[in-house]
Amino acid sequence: MNGAPTGPDAPVLQASRLAVGYRDHAVVAGIDLDVTAGEQVALVGTNGSGKSTVLKTLVGLLEPVGGSLEVLGGRPGSTPTRVAYLGQFHATGFVLPLQVRDVVRMGRFADHGLLGRMGRADREAVDEALARMGIEDLAHRPLRDLSGGQQQRTFLAQVLARRAELLVLDEPTAGIDAAGRERYLTAVADERARGATVIVATHDIAEAALGSQVLLLAGRLVAVGQPTEVLTPDHLLETFGIALRRVGADLVSLEQPHAHDHDHDHGFGRDQADLGHSQDLGSMEFGAIELGGGPEAATPAPPGHLPRLPPPDDPDHDATSGPTSDRRD
Amino acid sequence: MIDLLVGPFRDNSFLAQALVAGVLVAVACAVVGTFVVLRGLAFIGDALAHGVLPGIAGALLLGWPGMVGAVVGAVAMIFGVQAVTKRSRLSSDTAIGLLFVGMLALGVVLVSRSRSFTGDLVGILFGDVLGITTADVWVQLVATVVVCAVTVVCARPFLLLSFDPEMADVAGFRASRYHNVMLVLIAVTVVVSFQTVGTLLVFGMLLAPAGTGALLARRVGSMIAWSAVIGVVSVYVGLLVSYHADIAGGAAIVLVAVAAFFVVLVAQSVRDRRPGRRVPAEARS
Repeated sequence: MNGAPTGPDAPVLQASRLAVGYRDHAVVAGIDLDVTAGEQVALVGTNGSGKSTVLKTLVGLLEPVGGSLEVLGGRPGSTPTRVAYLGQFHATGFVLPLQVRDVVRMGRFADHGLLGRMGRADREAVDEALARMGIEDLAHRPLRDLSGGQQQRTFLAQVLARRAELLVLDEPTAGIDAAGRERYLTAVADERARGATVIVATHDIAEAALGSQVLLLAGRLVAVGQPTEVLTPDHLLETFGIALRRVGADLVSLEQPHAHDHDHDHGFGRDQADLGHSQDLGSMEFGAIELGGGPEAATPAPPGHLPRLPPPDDPDHDATSGPTSDRRD
Repeated sequence: MIDLLVGPFRDNSFLAQALVAGVLVAVACAVVGTFVVLRGLAFIGDALAHGVLPGIAGALLLGWPGMVGAVVGAVAMIFGVQAVTKRSRLSSDTAIGLLFVGMLALGVVLVSRSRSFTGDLVGILFGDVLGITTADVWVQLVATVVVCAVTVVCARPFLLLSFDPEMADVAGFRASRYHNVMLVLIAVTVVVSFQTVGTLLVFGMLLAPAGTGALLARRVGSMIAWSAVIGVVSVYVGLLVSYHADIAGGAAIVLVAVAAFFVVLVAQSVRDRRPGRRVPAEARS
């Protein structure tokens, strides 16, 4: 880890009445947040809800438009050697001639400045990061020859190679398969175990539930706090504009009865929370989002059961037994 | 055969001088052109190559060295693009396009005040590689060394910029600062190369060898190396063809460089269509 060590209760991030946005136009305002070392904070919300704007403000890419914000004891962006950031857009097209290892190695640049020599410790950090994301065999493959999921694993390895105190990740599991997601979750747990703090924007509510705090965003701050307090039916309805209930072992959107394609997007699309990765719903603290009224509605899904949406004529689909809403962001 | 390939340079000092200057142009353009291609800066490279025209024309009218005017033109272009982009809601390519045509038109207007309008314009646009002086070679050498040295020092931020400017910022390398350094390098290369290949053709030397390098290389370092080799070979072959066929030297050099790009492109297309050839993963999905 770089820079001054952080103790278990050391403040990593302190925000008070923080407003984030562009050119004095606030996208989200009124954020109060205290994050200590080793915590995982999830930002959940629809596209355009302000998740990426918050993350960019935390790493210093955007100036806060109001309130106060301190990151690792200083202003955002003042400690580049201690922060790793995974954005959403990279030059991965046919032009950029980079091998996977080159991309991961770029994660070590911040520690060495313009001309600092990279040595054995850097090589080891790169090797370890490649192994953690399961892409050692791809190390010398051109990035442009990889699939989207393999590229995303490469970008995650780059973040891990940073060995930073604060990891800020914008939709890190976008496009990666189940095995890649498992490796990512393990890596995040390991990072937290060594004292790093992870702040992640995600559509994956199951991942959000694993964290210590959740911010629900919908172009404003809907709720902030522990997952069990925040991921409630009312908050999710307010955030996503969809009502959820559990039918048997499945989580069901009452707003998307036309959705047929279970295998691809589970009817939620990009603007809704992604429940489709929730392989361990049964073992998670999902009480807060066990929707619907009847006793069967509270039955947790068995481990490994993928939640799915019913077809329109699904006899189990009882539109009268849960809340509905027309509200959408 | 040796006489055919080497004789012209051995027997004509002006041609040998042109070869040295051309090689220096090729190396500078390979280094800068690599990042022009990687970062998609071709349009601003083109605009800079033409934006220097009014500066050169103005300097010639005033009796100053053309290079002084080229520097003024390049600086005006860089600041102009940034000012228009910053103060309007227009995208940078619109700002670049506006200044590009504006500067080009201004350059032509200024040149039209000259009595030798056609000769001056052709000289500026296409250079006079066979009229290179020893002083020109020295200036080109210093510029090439500076371009290479700055690129070595800034290799990490340049690489991060090409990959993701936001990542460069977060890693402590201010993206806007290194973007400006890159623009200055493009400007320097254009300014000192206009005498050799002209403002129009220097753009070809920035793009063609680097574009070919991008097709052949798997890493950025090897892309620069490929670009330099292709650029140098283009200079040599171009000058040789120019001598034997009695055609314009600068244009011959750029034609060879562009031809090399298409030869490699076609060869790769043919190779990729052969049965059993592996298809990249992204092409499958």
